[in-house]
Amino acid sequence: MSGVRVLVGTRKGAFVLTADGKRERWDVSGPHFAGWELYHVKGSPADPNRLYASQSSGWFGQLIQRSNDGGKSWEPVGNKFVYDGIPGTHMWYDDTPHPWEFKRVWHLEPSLTDPDTVYAGVEDAALFRSTDGAQTWEELSGLRKHGTGSSWQPGAGGMCLHTIILDPSHAERMYIAISAAGAFRTDDGGKTWKPINQGLRSQYIPDPDAEVGHCVHHMAMHRSRPEVLFMQKHWDVMRSDNAGDLWREVSGNLPTDFGFAIDVHAHEPETIYVVPIKSDSEHFPPDGKLRVFRSKTGGNEWEALTKGLPQQDCYVNVLRDAMAVDTLDSCGVYFGTTGGQVYASADAGENWAPIVRDLPAVLSVEVQTLP
Amino acid sequence: MILVVLPSHLKTLAQVSGDVQLEVQGGATVRSVLDALEARFPMLRGTIRDQVTMERRPFLRFFACEEDLSLASPDAPLPDAVASGKEPIFIIGAIAGG
Repeated sequence: MSGVRVLVGTRKGAFVLTADGKRERWDVSGPHFAGWELYHVKGSPADPNRLYASQSSGWFGQLIQRSNDGGKSWEPVGNKFVYDGIPGTHMWYDDTPHPWEFKRVWHLEPSLTDPDTVYAGVEDAALFRSTDGAQTWEELSGLRKHGTGSSWQPGAGGMCLHTIILDPSHAERMYIAISAAGAFRTDDGGKTWKPINQGLRSQYIPDPDAEVGHCVHHMAMHRSRPEVLFMQKHWDVMRSDNAGDLWREVSGNLPTDFGFAIDVHAHEPETIYVVPIKSDSEHFPPDGKLRVFRSKTGGNEWEALTKGLPQQDCYVNVLRDAMAVDTLDSCGVYFGTTGGQVYASADAGENWAPIVRDLPAVLSVEVQTLP
Repeated sequence: MILVVLPSHLKTLAQVSGDVQLEVQGGATVRSVLDALEARFPMLRGTIRDQVTMERRPFLRFFACEEDLSLASPDAPLPDAVASGKEPIFIIGAIAGG
């Protein structure tokens, strides 16, 4: 019988949650790497037993862990992230030049076809690639050097490259997003990049329509329509139908269009999910009600999904990489909170239940659908 | 033989339970001790000092014989008691954070 494996990164370790296809009874494994921050854990689409984890600490720096058995055992692999050439400067919060400094890996994106190839999005923002199972890393420096890098500025959480999307129909095409620079696309495997921020409007930067400077929080894509992208920006939920060349707002009737997470239903490319957050200074849901909002029309028309979610006195956040979907029928939707809950819905969001309630603050949630 | 006391997280990472005993090539210095430590436990590379600059990570300190050696040259000779294995060198994580 098929099943799911939920990979959870938290402030104090990683957890692996597994269930059969009914997704009712869960086994919890962890904490793995207890006491360390696990920004992201993700499995290879080409080999579900190959997992990669970003493990970091303010004391001991960055480690990368790899598993070849679905998370039962792990081995530390390469953690040497060196920018290509002299990295120069980007802009600091006060508009002064600031040296590029490696801090941590926010996101690991395994190749769709090769278990040994994996991409890493790091802070300060850059993209690295390994082709030897994460033993060694090389920067794809065309991104950082493409021309606007010296004007990028950090968001409140740091200048992080947090989103990497690989196009399943175009092996050389990849999308990334940086807070607070914006979204970028390569069509040649990472050699050259172009900003894809036309249509974004951010009133917190001097030129609201600037080519770069937008605080993109997360992006999502459905495999069947890789030219259609959805974005949760700092404020605004956005959509592009032409691979990011032009964006339009689809926030519609959301109670607030601030948020972090966004994802797409596994079988319905026009069905998308967000978790509205009150504001950038109040990182909790409006009115103390934890609500996932779903649009079945690709945006603009949204419905609140609340069954099984706390509808009073709830003041958690849902971070950008903390939502995922499985590919079972019906589609499972999962998200984790800064209060340590991981909620699951086995029916596309109609009904929710916590898998776990008391983990450390959840940084990331990924799901693997197992045969 | 040099005795090295690691912080608990690095013991877990290196899969050791107690103090580490190291043979050091040449004179006993912070640099030679870390070189030997990282050669024996490659998973510790980058966790105590930067892999490129070789600078000590800012939230770690080196203590021995009731002295803080963190700001001394990494090539300064370690105290005789450390070089002889009578006293350990401690790698200490800052007592801070949550």
